[in-house]
Amino acid sequence: MNIIRTFRIGGIHPEENKLTHEVETVAAPLPKQAIFPLSQHIGAPAKPVVKKGDRVKVGTMIAEAGGFVSAPIFSSVSGTVVKIDAAVDATGYRTPVIIVNVEGDEWEEGIDRSDKLETVEAHPELTPEGIVESVKAAGVTGMGGAGFPTFVKLCPPPTAKAECVIINAVECEPYITSDYRLMMEHADEIVVGLQLLMKAAKVDRGYIGIEVNKPKAIALLTEKVKADPRIEVVPLKQRYPQGGEKQLVDAVIRRQVPAPPAIPVNVGAIVQNVGTAFAVYQAVMKHKPLFERYTTVTGKRLAHPGNFLVRMGTPMRELIDLCGGMPEGDNKLLAGGPMMGKALTSVDVPVCKGTNSVTVISDSEARRKPADPCIRCAKCVSVCPMGLEPYLLATASAKQMWDKVEAECITSCIECGSCQYTCPSHRPILDNIRFGKSKVMGIIRARNAKK
Amino acid sequence: MDLVLVAVIALGAIGLVSSTVLYVCSKKFAVKEDARIGEVAELLPQANCGGCGFAGCAGLADALVKGADAGSIEGLFCPVGGQEVMGKVADLLGMAVVNTEPMVAVVRCNGTCANRPRIAEYSGLRTCAAMHACGAGETACGYGCLGCGDCVAACQFGAISVNPETGIAEVDEDKCTSCGACVKACPRGIIELRKKGPKGRRIYVSCVNRDKGPVAMKACKAACIGCGKCQKECQFDAITVANNVAYIDPAKCRLCRKCEKACPTHAIVSVNFPAPKPATQPAASVGAANVEPVNEGEAKQ
Repeated sequence: MNIIRTFRIGGIHPEENKLTHEVETVAAPLPKQAIFPLSQHIGAPAKPVVKKGDRVKVGTMIAEAGGFVSAPIFSSVSGTVVKIDAAVDATGYRTPVIIVNVEGDEWEEGIDRSDKLETVEAHPELTPEGIVESVKAAGVTGMGGAGFPTFVKLCPPPTAKAECVIINAVECEPYITSDYRLMMEHADEIVVGLQLLMKAAKVDRGYIGIEVNKPKAIALLTEKVKADPRIEVVPLKQRYPQGGEKQLVDAVIRRQVPAPPAIPVNVGAIVQNVGTAFAVYQAVMKHKPLFERYTTVTGKRLAHPGNFLVRMGTPMRELIDLCGGMPEGDNKLLAGGPMMGKALTSVDVPVCKGTNSVTVISDSEARRKPADPCIRCAKCVSVCPMGLEPYLLATASAKQMWDKVEAECITSCIECGSCQYTCPSHRPILDNIRFGKSKVMGIIRARNAKK
Repeated sequence: MDLVLVAVIALGAIGLVSSTVLYVCSKKFAVKEDARIGEVAELLPQANCGGCGFAGCAGLADALVKGADAGSIEGLFCPVGGQEVMGKVADLLGMAVVNTEPMVAVVRCNGTCANRPRIAEYSGLRTCAAMHACGAGETACGYGCLGCGDCVAACQFGAISVNPETGIAEVDEDKCTSCGACVKACPRGIIELRKKGPKGRRIYVSCVNRDKGPVAMKACKAACIGCGKCQKECQFDAITVANNVAYIDPAKCRLCRKCEKACPTHAIVSVNFPAPKPATQPAASVGAANVEPVNEGEAKQ
């Protein structure tokens, strides 16, 4: 019975490089100026509700949700709104932001700042609708990187029925340790967060999927969930991209999510990041909106890589300075890990809701090798966790054969980069697929709009 | 012997029946096509570039013949064949020649290596579309030419190339047929089809940066900062400033070049004008047959 589970097809195991596994989290100092991009989540950008010169406190709403799939944004600092302008964010482009000059650290009343653990049992007044409403109002979005508004996931479409909530504590991406530190330091809160999510989704099964390279976290959480027989901690074999929703569903409950537009809830699973569970706990029990998060700042050449509790809006420059400053020479700066992270062109990009890591990679490690011709080894096919044929999708995308790539399910690609990682010819497979995918998605959207 | 005879007769019979069926079908289901469509199509250059807005030359020929029947071929134009071919087509169809001004593709970016410093290195797929999707590119300007040559690949006539010195696409106006393929290929919408102008003389704002002045200027020394000086200078209301970038309407512009002198960042570029007198200005690249639309020398003066 004790076979360690993992997803069925494909996957790789890159060097872990978890430099900061045992580095305890410290609260990062307040920034001098906090920058809040209005698009920190998937969906419509938030709409500012403050204007220049307004005073804000920690936890004041500064932008409201701009649509159904959207989330409000809260100030993480107290001070004065200096301007509503544009600044470079993780997309690489200048997007609308709210900039706040920090003065003091005054919190909004009503936020419970005590460490006292609130259990679900102690709050019988909580209803599923009430929890969803609190989560929505607190601006909680997926904390694993993609940033999908959490409350939308908790309200599945009428055609699907949720059966379980799976907490994604896999952290399969190299370098990143923020989720691990969160589990080690706030295990109780995470369990309560999961219980809240289960209550909100009206299900009575909960799973926490953790890779076996985090034995301490597995032991700790197994201990914590003993009291609740509905929850099971599932140790998983180390395999990238196990943190992908579909892979995790496959690994934990042995069900395969069909091709898009199907989502995990179509097979009965709601997947939430461990950071999201913590944010849900804080939103519901402590009335604390989402404005700070655990972020790993890491890189082999950083003097003191570490884990930080960061107020959102803090420019990455300040975090890198805390770790001993940017190493000399050329470096590659990533928001996220080396596999899925987004390369940045500016160190002034702020930490957002989805920034689980700031990774600095040296020039020699980051530099790509020149691409050679495809040798038809089909390694990319064998590692693709979605069962696609990456070499074919890449070539057809490069040749702009959009009908062909659509028929070959390019939209199923989760852009994990396993194909490119494994390619012995160093071909830019994912680059081509990602471009083709965005093109095909555009074509599909245009077609649907016509109907 | 018998066997051979049977085979010959059988095959012959099958052939006869099939040919009868084919003959009947070809007569009964014949599609009547106006003979003129073929004739017009023969006059067209057969580049099938799509520059006319139709899928190919046959499409345009069809539209031209239908238009002639309806009484007007206005709005139908083959940019590759130009006025000459359209004149022949009009003669064939017995229509009046519609005069259309020749157009040329213009790359609206001044961001040479000297004007626009590189702040990052891009190591991904070297196409403009992929680079554009990844972020602003290697410079701080999120609007300027990426220099990976998607337009070069799109051009069927070899009229556009990326200058290795400036890193910006340049149009060879002798070869450009204004088919518009490069306009569609550019992910940033930098390339515009403009009137070629008398003797090829034209003035345009060689920048599409919509950032506010200081930001645009920080990213590129020759960016349009939307200051509106050119707008004030223009006596013909040809210039509008919207979204922090000026635009010269070629229909109203009288080529007086006052705006060019007024522009503090030299974002306005004029081409094919005769050399100014030595006393006033040193010559920019002027008068040559292949004047580059974007020229570092001009931009920096």
